[in-house]
Amino acid sequence: MGSRALWSRVVARLGTSIIVAWASVTAAFLALHALPGRIEDILAGDIDTPGLREAIAAEWGLDQSLLAQYRAFLSRIAGGDLGTSYVLRQPVREIVGSQLWPTVQLALTAGVLAVALAVTVALLTAGRGRLSRKVASAIELVLASTPVFWIGILLLMLFSFTLRWFPVSGANGWQSLVLPAIALALPTAGLLAQVLREAIEKALDQPFVTTIRARGVGELTIRTRHLLRHASLPAVTLGGWLIGGLLGGAVITEKVFGRPGLGSVTLGAVLTHDVPVVLAVVLLAAFIHVAASTLLDILYLLIDPRLRTA
Amino acid sequence: MTASARIAPPSGLLHELGAPARAGHDPASVALNRHRAYPLPVLGSALFLAALFAVAAAPGLFTAHDPLVGDVLEGLKAPDWAHPFGTDRLGRDVLARTLYGARYSLLIGLGGMTVSVLAGVFLGILAGQRNRFLDEVTSRLFDVLSSFPGVLLAMLVVTFLGQGMLNIALAVGIAGIPKFGRIVRAQTQLVRDADYVTQAAIYGLGRRQIFLQHVLPNVLVAVPVIATVYIGSTILTVSGLSFLGLGPQPPTPEWGVMLAESRDVLRVAWWPAVFPGAAITLTVIAFSTVGVFLQKRFEGRIA
Repeated sequence: MGSRALWSRVVARLGTSIIVAWASVTAAFLALHALPGRIEDILAGDIDTPGLREAIAAEWGLDQSLLAQYRAFLSRIAGGDLGTSYVLRQPVREIVGSQLWPTVQLALTAGVLAVALAVTVALLTAGRGRLSRKVASAIELVLASTPVFWIGILLLMLFSFTLRWFPVSGANGWQSLVLPAIALALPTAGLLAQVLREAIEKALDQPFVTTIRARGVGELTIRTRHLLRHASLPAVTLGGWLIGGLLGGAVITEKVFGRPGLGSVTLGAVLTHDVPVVLAVVLLAAFIHVAASTLLDILYLLIDPRLRTA
Repeated sequence: MTASARIAPPSGLLHELGAPARAGHDPASVALNRHRAYPLPVLGSALFLAALFAVAAAPGLFTAHDPLVGDVLEGLKAPDWAHPFGTDRLGRDVLARTLYGARYSLLIGLGGMTVSVLAGVFLGILAGQRNRFLDEVTSRLFDVLSSFPGVLLAMLVVTFLGQGMLNIALAVGIAGIPKFGRIVRAQTQLVRDADYVTQAAIYGLGRRQIFLQHVLPNVLVAVPVIATVYIGSTILTVSGLSFLGLGPQPPTPEWGVMLAESRDVLRVAWWPAVFPGAAITLTVIAFSTVGVFLQKRFEGRIA
């Protein structure tokens, strides 16, 4: 297996991602046109000022052919122009841009926390005594089955209202990030730990572990150096789901903790039928999702030689 | 396990996430499972679900209180004998509201599931045929749908269609199509390549007959099992959307709506926040436990 074959797989993976990204933009365009009602009305949301419909028609080129509209839509999105919110009278790009960071910060912190928790628990409990495994997997099942917002409410109750360790709401400094990040991380961590442990246990049965042990390598080194690398492969299939789940979960978590961010923007937009804003957030999330899972897949092609032959 | 580096995903969880299924079960564990017929958690979960369906069918049998009417003067009373789960801000009985809430979660969850199942089965079977073009197109369609995070996709659908129970059921159902479709595709391929299908072809059955008599029934037999594994995550998403205020509106005693209301009185009362949340979590755990158990039972027949 030469490096040429590897690169052709990388290029193929990139190609698929571009197609998926393009298709999601196309799906959004088609959805707009497939909906009953005039596009001007759909895009205007709850706003009805004289002349607005004409302005929208002009901005979106609605008098032109469908193909011309589609081409304009594609090139606008490709250029990073997400249109105008007629409800908020502001370019969508400014609205989304100003609220993006708190959400990304929350999702990233929660993601790192979830992976760290899951890896630690899985490494410590995989292949150990029956009892510790049973207890760990029971806790994981409970966490994975608990709604993010309920964990958030329970954490608020305990740490903000009763113990007063953390602020109740807002986004000032790291203290206000702790509880939301934990709430968002726990369900993800529960699921990830379960997947990782089963994968580590599968890897433990393989002959190469005996070989390494025979060389006198310590148990901890075997787990961290070898088993984890094997086990992370099935976990990668979760990568895309993880990112999507964190982004969607962040919206709900922000509501629980009254944090500013894309959550409140999106929720407000849904309630005022501000289609350009919701559409932009959804497309942005899809792009982040596609880009991140592509990166993960390529990373694993580079790390794991077994994948290249498949 | 053989020495070949075969990595099998764990039973229920990866399926739930719509990861491509891979075969990887050893006969020993299947044989073991046969002896331990019904583990305690499975029995408990099945009983809980039976009770849940009974409560959803006739909540009035289990409580004397009205879920919608309360005495404001009796508001935010801590749990006692008259109100085992306490009362909410408007003096409504939290136990009654939690019991009536089972109805909404099950209805919306099952409704959303039906949308995912119908579309997923149709597209999954289409993708599982020996037609590379069809497979490629449907699989990319699943990729596109699953590239939108479920909650956000559902929010987009609600923006277009408006709030309400029917609409979030539809929204969650659409978001669930790819994971369901991918499993049905894997299941179709599994059946398609099974020996009995090859046998049927050797006997000279036509493609149409093989499909109707062998492939379709063996794909469909898996559907209820997969649906049971899935419904938990559907109920979770539904409750999240309700919590955001996109589903049923107050004063509907839906669990997510109740939790959203409880957030405002959290400083003074824990009970309106604890019981509906516990109801959601227990329901999801019960469905997953039973679903994964069924999946293990059908091991080998289900992708």
